[in-house]
Amino acid sequence: MKKAAVLLFAFVLSISAFSQGYAPGDEAIDFKLKNIDDSYVSLKDYDSAKGFIVIFTCNHCPYAVAYEDRIIALDKKFKKSGYPVIAINPNDPVAYPSDSFEKMKERASEKGFTFPYLFDETQEIAKTYGATKTPHVFLLQKEKSKLVVKYIGAIDDNYQDSEAVKEKFVENAISSIVDNKDVAVNSTKAIGCSIKWKK
Amino acid sequence: MKIKILIAALILFSSFAIKAQSVKEVNYEQFKPYLNNPSDTVYVINFWATWCKPCIEELPHFMTVAQDMRHKPVKFIFVSLDFPKYKESKLIPFIKENVINEEVLLLNDPNSNFWINDINKEWSGAIPATIIYRKNQRSFFEGQVSYEELTENIEGKL
Repeated sequence: MKKAAVLLFAFVLSISAFSQGYAPGDEAIDFKLKNIDDSYVSLKDYDSAKGFIVIFTCNHCPYAVAYEDRIIALDKKFKKSGYPVIAINPNDPVAYPSDSFEKMKERASEKGFTFPYLFDETQEIAKTYGATKTPHVFLLQKEKSKLVVKYIGAIDDNYQDSEAVKEKFVENAISSIVDNKDVAVNSTKAIGCSIKWKK
Repeated sequence: MKIKILIAALILFSSFAIKAQSVKEVNYEQFKPYLNNPSDTVYVINFWATWCKPCIEELPHFMTVAQDMRHKPVKFIFVSLDFPKYKESKLIPFIKENVINEEVLLLNDPNSNFWINDINKEWSGAIPATIIYRKNQRSFFEGQVSYEELTENIEGKL
């Protein structure tokens, strides 16, 4: 009985540790997820990348939609310096039909996404990373064979108006990494749409 | 000084007089007093938006509990995080259609990286989120709250 209790406790602990997700400095896992062109994408496919701007996003969420143009701009600006955007939709399309794989294809072509838009069908990656909402950014840096989390949070400090942004969190973080400096602001918070987990 | 108090009282009074279907727009500084009301009342503060499906799903529980507890010192405040540009076209029609008689505020403050932590360090920023407090007794929920959880938590503070 006591043993069972200890086991149960360890189990609960491991689950809660799991659900915490990543913090800056943690090593991130790679993945293999289906892209809107029906190919499968892994981070290890990007030999020349120095890192990645991984963004959990989706179609249905107004906060995510408000950032679409800024996500395209990030990709255009940083792909050539080695930090491409990798967008991942973690939502359950049963809960949000507009987040289905087909609708992802439609949205990406409407907006002219310049980056992969992947479907995290099992929601494993969002859970492992600790994404709770859309949009939610994880900036990764390649260090030898590892992927290290350098920044977690919002793209910038104004979801309503890109013209009124004062601090570009993701851009500043990439600049610091490129300059070999510590990322001063390595985690931020923003309002977003809860990721709907499968039951 | 006295005049200031009088003006404050008047503003407070008029804000009570304006019933639902008018939505007061506040920035975080203006909103903060709602999180720290020293009265004996239990305050239930729900962060939501019209486009947020899980928020809309839990709304009926909140309305039922508000109705159940209308004779008790419990006050519900629904804090909308809808985009201010959709206040007239989406938020107000939604409030009318769903007959929300409780107070609704529109929190319009883009500096969420500051105020999310200031409201609660545990909050990731995902909605729905709910605070239930009476004086210094405080509970915080990220995600949906069930009818039972809501009732139990409020009663525990009464």
